[in-house]
Amino acid sequence: MAIYGTALLSLCLLAGVILGNWLGIAIGVDANVGGVGIAMLILILIAERLRKTGRIQAPTEKGILFWSAIYIPIVVAMAANQNVLAAIEGGPMGILAGALSVTVCFALVPVLNRLGQSDSEPEETL
Amino acid sequence: MNEVIDVVVQVLTKYSLITAFAVIGITVWVSYFLSDKLTRGWVHGSSIAILIGLTLACIGGIKTGGSKGISDIGLFAGIGVLGGTALRDLAIVSTAFGVRLDVFRKTGLTGILSLLIGVFVAFFVGAIVAYSFGYRDAVSITTIGAGAATFLVGPVTGSALGASSEVIALSITAGLTKSILVMSMTPFVAKYIGLNNPRSALIYGGLMGTTSGVSGGLAATDPKLVPYGAMTATFYTGIGCLLGPSVIFVLIRSIV
Repeated sequence: MAIYGTALLSLCLLAGVILGNWLGIAIGVDANVGGVGIAMLILILIAERLRKTGRIQAPTEKGILFWSAIYIPIVVAMAANQNVLAAIEGGPMGILAGALSVTVCFALVPVLNRLGQSDSEPEETL
Repeated sequence: MNEVIDVVVQVLTKYSLITAFAVIGITVWVSYFLSDKLTRGWVHGSSIAILIGLTLACIGGIKTGGSKGISDIGLFAGIGVLGGTALRDLAIVSTAFGVRLDVFRKTGLTGILSLLIGVFVAFFVGAIVAYSFGYRDAVSITTIGAGAATFLVGPVTGSALGASSEVIALSITAGLTKSILVMSMTPFVAKYIGLNNPRSALIYGGLMGTTSGVSGGLAATDPKLVPYGAMTATFYTGIGCLLGPSVIFVLIRSIV
């Protein structure tokens, strides 16, 4: 049933966020450290295992795939919730600091990409 | 006549999450239509949709003076739920379904490196801007640098160091600007920075760090890359909050 997939996904997210918060407490930060990332790892591991043993059925998968299918609309809704006005009104210095940091980081993507290339196998294109 | 409209408003408000599905669905449809007819697919539908979303957020802010964009208007409160942290994170995690673990294993080290470089670069770029605008105390400079990391790292670092509320507000502006620019500009720069494979998406996520920016930017570039970018980006804010008020503050203090 589809709900099994959605429930599995929810449990992964909850577990990840709880672990992320624990990790935050452990290193003395009042923030969730990598909760979503941890949840993704848990889901990948469980999914790989379920597939190998053939215990995941198509309807269950649909309960997960629905959420990735609706990902873009959710991101659009997220964009509509941003405090855009505060960013515009916040003054040139804040805007400049943000914009410059984005520019520099964009420029660093190809640099880092080349840097570590040698230690891995040839990249694959999706 | 007024009563007729009141009923509509009442229903839309009562069913606000359903209203959100309808509004966002129509927005996405219009965006893909515009993308196809106006730009012949040159500008991707989802990046137009995100730009419309940001415009709606701006309108919401002007109309209500609130901080949550369009969802501050009662009628559109459901958009706040649909695009809120809970469902957004659920959707991000769901994109990991079907991803193979060995991609992360192969690029793990580069991912960590990009995270550290991303955090440090953002802080120092922000710090340089703060310095050039006349700030000379290490607390303010570090806080504004933290804002150039993400809009969460800014206030967390600022309050840990005891920065003034004016400086904290500036740091939030820097972080919001970053997140909005990453969200809207990524699809346009993607081909120039080689953002077309899992490896570069992982690096990109670590360098940018803003989860909302990265998840939006990659959605409009290539949704298949989302899990890779999101994976590293979700560690960024935590690492920023850890390093900001400690190592980076000490470093900046020793320079100024």
